[in-house]
Amino acid sequence: MIDVQHLTKHYGPVTAVQDVSFKAERGEILGFLGPNGAGKTTTMRILTGYMPPTDGKALVAGYDVLEQPIDAKRRTGYLPETPPLYPDMTVSDYLMFCARIKGVPRADRAARVKTTMDRTRIADVATRHCAKLSKGYRQRVGLAQALLHNPDVLILDEPTAGLDPKQIIETRRLIKELGGEHTVILSTHILPEVSQTCQRVVIINKGRVVAVDTPENLTSRLQGSGSLYVEVDSMGSDAQAALSSVAGVTGVSVSEKHGSATGYEVATAADRDVRRELAATVVGRGWGLLELRPMRMSLEEIFLSLTTEETEAPTAAGEAAHE
Amino acid sequence: MNNILAITHKELKSYFASPIAYVVIGLYSLVYGYYFYAAVRFFERQSMQMAGLGMGSPSVNINEQLIRPVFQYSMVVFLILLPMITMRTYSEEKRSGTMELLLTAPITDFQIIMGKFLGAMGLYAAMLGITVIHMALLYWVSNPEWMPIVTSYLGLLLMGGCFMAVGLLISSFTKNQIVAVVATFAVFMMLWMINWIAQFMSPTSQAILNYLSITGHLEDFMGGVIDTKHVVYYVSFIAFGLFLTARSVDVERWRG
Repeated sequence: MIDVQHLTKHYGPVTAVQDVSFKAERGEILGFLGPNGAGKTTTMRILTGYMPPTDGKALVAGYDVLEQPIDAKRRTGYLPETPPLYPDMTVSDYLMFCARIKGVPRADRAARVKTTMDRTRIADVATRHCAKLSKGYRQRVGLAQALLHNPDVLILDEPTAGLDPKQIIETRRLIKELGGEHTVILSTHILPEVSQTCQRVVIINKGRVVAVDTPENLTSRLQGSGSLYVEVDSMGSDAQAALSSVAGVTGVSVSEKHGSATGYEVATAADRDVRRELAATVVGRGWGLLELRPMRMSLEEIFLSLTTEETEAPTAAGEAAHE
Repeated sequence: MNNILAITHKELKSYFASPIAYVVIGLYSLVYGYYFYAAVRFFERQSMQMAGLGMGSPSVNINEQLIRPVFQYSMVVFLILLPMITMRTYSEEKRSGTMELLLTAPITDFQIIMGKFLGAMGLYAAMLGITVIHMALLYWVSNPEWMPIVTSYLGLLLMGGCFMAVGLLISSFTKNQIVAVVATFAVFMMLWMINWIAQFMSPTSQAILNYLSITGHLEDFMGGVIDTKHVVYYVSFIAFGLFLTARSVDVERWRG
């Protein structure tokens, strides 16, 4: 549904996006993750036909955004970072205008505006002027505008920015509903949002794609050699030496202490599960085994390691976890 | 066409939703009405004097001595007021981010520009429409020739179109409405005064300067003559201005 091939964009001497390629299938929700200034907005603006790329090509629903812009735009709904509202129009007038320029047939317009307002929960502000709306409503009116013409592709630039927690949950639920019938690309720098809503993640940094995968795969791929967290109440004796002596353990370090219990971070050789042996060792000595769990890298840590690393190539992602 | 009208409709609506339309139309009616009253009183005294000197009324021509100066004056008022109509057309969209809505909608840049142009022209036509009332009053008390009046309106519409095209272009350069209105006003003044120095120049420069003067081309219209030369001048001026606006929007896209 979306096919981005070797997209490059320069602003004068500044390179905003460098050789970005990715694809999204019909009904997929793709997360676009990256620090501020990574090139997320630029890529989205190219996809929506707002600006042309310096090099490369982008297809939306099979139409080249540069060659057949009108066909591509007809199938794209876009919510920019700041919702594009006319302050002196009422919400329903605004949506009627949007429906008209987006080519919704005259006979369907009023009904379409109404269902979209219900869907985005803005019907209660229909007669209010856009200038008087709260941030949360503005965002949702912007979303309604993107949905109006029932596009195949939805491009949402930070759709939950500035919303309160309840609105964030509602918006995420709405986006999840939209996936399936629409292809959704959403950019964000809020990581839980990606793991909660997206099926696939494109991590972008300094204009380059550093990783494309499902959130689960990214997590497990970057796991590298496993490490375990073990909390032992060793009643004063030294558990560190005992844990180190278990076969397959490559290193033990103390990570935290509470009272007589100590938490250890146990590094193990790759593809060796030593949880049983560790448990046997601890219990065999009569100590209390309070906690034993694998330590997963959170998406935050992965993101940080990917984007702060001096990445030479996308394949550097794997090594990043070893640091 | 539907897309163009959609934009035009939106433009007109936002003129009337903001104070701009009311201020511009209101102030125009006030200033123009006052001038019209003064001109009529002046003309009245002049014809009395003529009659008193026994020269008879035929030599007093209401078209030449009242209507023409009134139109010429209204042109100057438009010169000052029209920048206020065009200042927000693009600047406001750029500032509020709605440019992104328009440029990502399935409509062409040309349709957006035409829509905005027609919207501005609509407001201008409403201002001209008010002056029709004054003209109608003249028919009540006198019997002026209608042809020069019709051609004057046509000329004023075309001249206003040129100003609108320039105003749209300047508005597309900046996010700041104040910059847009001041720059537009300065350009209008220049276009108005450009041939004032013509008489001191060589015949060639004189011809060029006279040709460039937007208001100079209005003279024949005021006299009741529709000369294709002037129509072509105005229409190509408008087309060129709108074309440059399209380029300016496009450049903005490439630059980001």
